[in-house]
Amino acid sequence: MTAMTAMTGATGMTGITRRSFGTMAAAAALAAPATLSAQGAPRLVVVGGGFGGASAARFARIQYPQLDVTLIEPQGKFITCPYGNLLLAGRRTLPQITHSYDGLVKRGVKHVRDTAVAIDPAARTVRLAGGERVGYDKLILSPGIAIRWGGIAGYDEAAAETFPHAWLDADGAQISLLRRQLEDMPDGGVVGFAIPDNPYRCPPGPYERISMVASYLKKAKPRSKILALDAKDQFSKQGLFQDGWKELYGDMVEWVPLGKDGKVVRVDLKEKVFETEFGNRHKVDVGNVIPPQSAAKIAIDAGLANESGWVPITTRTFEAQKAPHIHVIGDATIAAPMPKSGYIANNTSKQAVAAAAAALEGKPAPADPVYFNTCFSHVGDDYGISVINIFRPTDTGFQDTPGGVSPRGPLSERREQRRLEALHADTWYASITEDAFS
Amino acid sequence: MNASTLCQVRSRLPLLAVAALLAGAAVASPSGAQSPEQRPEPHPGPPLIAQACAGCHGQAGAGGGSVPRIAGHNRDLFIAQWKAFRDKQRPAIIMDRVAPGYTDAEVALLADYFSKLK
Repeated sequence: MTAMTAMTGATGMTGITRRSFGTMAAAAALAAPATLSAQGAPRLVVVGGGFGGASAARFARIQYPQLDVTLIEPQGKFITCPYGNLLLAGRRTLPQITHSYDGLVKRGVKHVRDTAVAIDPAARTVRLAGGERVGYDKLILSPGIAIRWGGIAGYDEAAAETFPHAWLDADGAQISLLRRQLEDMPDGGVVGFAIPDNPYRCPPGPYERISMVASYLKKAKPRSKILALDAKDQFSKQGLFQDGWKELYGDMVEWVPLGKDGKVVRVDLKEKVFETEFGNRHKVDVGNVIPPQSAAKIAIDAGLANESGWVPITTRTFEAQKAPHIHVIGDATIAAPMPKSGYIANNTSKQAVAAAAAALEGKPAPADPVYFNTCFSHVGDDYGISVINIFRPTDTGFQDTPGGVSPRGPLSERREQRRLEALHADTWYASITEDAFS
Repeated sequence: MNASTLCQVRSRLPLLAVAALLAGAAVASPSGAQSPEQRPEPHPGPPLIAQACAGCHGQAGAGGGSVPRIAGHNRDLFIAQWKAFRDKQRPAIIMDRVAPGYTDAEVALLADYFSKLK
C-alpha cells in the first residue's frame, strides 16, 4: 500500500534467522551501565528496521557521525508495505519491494540481527531474544504494530492462513498468499474485505488494496465482485476512490459502511463467512481481514503505551511520555492527526534523532519542526491520487495544515493529473526507500 | 556498548581482561573509545525542514523519475515559483497543494539550502 508504513521490524516476527551470539552472551552481559562514558561515543540504539528505524539509523550516521549507531532488527532485509498492494495487481514482484540493510551497514550502522524482546528503561538496556542485553544512552524505538488477535471473533494466527491479513508481513508470505488465493479463485467469485476502525496502519491502504484487486479481477475474472465491509463511515480520499472505482470497475466494488452494518465482528473459517455486528453473514471466496491493531508488543510490555494500546509521545522530541531516553516513532505512536504512514515515520524519525543527539549534548531539541506527508494511492493503471498534509507540533498535539486531496472530476478531464500522480507515486517510492535504506 | 561492539572487544581483550570486566572492575566503556579530539564533529547538513523534500525530490534535491531536480535552483526563482504554486498561478500536480502549508520564512530557508547545492 502506497502510504503504508514499514512493517514491524524487530518485534513479533516468526521464522527469524538469527545470528548466533553464542559465546558472546557472557561479554554482552557486561553491557555498559547506562551512563555516558567520558570517552566512549554516545550509543544510539535503534529498535526496528522499518521506515522509521531505518531512516533514523541512516540519518544519525550521516548527520551525527559522533554517535555509535546500532540497529536491532532480526531480518536481513525489509519488505515494504507501500507498494505491496501492487503485487495483487501483478504490477510488482516481491523482490522489487524488498530492501536490504547493506547500505546502512556500509554507512557504519551496526546491525544486530536479533529480536528485541524487552526494554529496561531504568537500566537503559534492550534485551534480545538470545538473552543478551544492549545498553543505550538514547533509544529510538520504531517497533511498528501488532495485530489484536481476537479483536474479531475467530480471527487468530491460524485463521490468517485462510483469510490473510497481509498487513504485517516480514517475509512476504501473507501478501503472496492473498495473491495466490486471487489467482485460484474462479471467475464470478466474491472477494471480501474486513476493514478496521481508526486508528490503524496506513489509512488509505485498504482502499488502494480494493483498487488493485479490482484491477486484477477486471482483467482476469471480470464477473467477480468485491464486498468491502468497513467498521467506519468515512475513509481517506473517499470521494476520489469511489469516483475511480465507478469509472474503472463499474459496479464491481460494493463498499458497506459501519452505518449499514459494515463492521465485521466474527469470521467463520469453515463456511468462509464474514459476520457483521447485526448478524448478517456474508459468504466470500477470498477474504482479506485487516484486523484491529495496537502498538507492537515490546512497546506495550515496556509500559510505554496507554490504555488505548498506542504510545503517547512528546510532540517535539518523540520521547515516550512514560519513560525518558526512549524516543518512539512511527505507527506505534499516538500522533493523530498525523497518519500512520511510512512518510511520517521517515521524516519524524529525523526530529527524534536530532532531539536525542541534542539532549546528549545537554541542548534542547531543534525548534519549530515541520512534518510532511503525502499519501499516494494507486486506483488503477495510470491512475494515481494523493492527499497532502503539513503538521507542526503544539504542546499537546499536532496542528494540521491540510494541503488537500487531488482534484476530483471525470477521468476525461483528469486523465493527465491521474497519470502523472501514478508516476509521481513511483518516484516517491524510489526516493523514500533510498532515504531510508541506502 | 552493544553486542557488535562487544564482538570486537572480546577479540581485542585477553580473557583475563574479560574476566576482570565480568567481575565488575571499573573499566572505561570500550565502545568506540574515542578521545574527544578524535570524535567526528556533527555534520552541518541540510536543515531539518528540507529533509522531507527528499521523500520525492531525492537526496540533496537531485530529482529523479518524474520529479524535477531542485538542487542548485536559483534562490529568487525558487521563492517566486513557490509563491506561484501557492497562489495557483503555476499549474502543478502536487506542489500547488504543498506550497500553502509553508510560511515565507520556511520557504526562504528551503531556498537558501537548495540554491547552494551544486
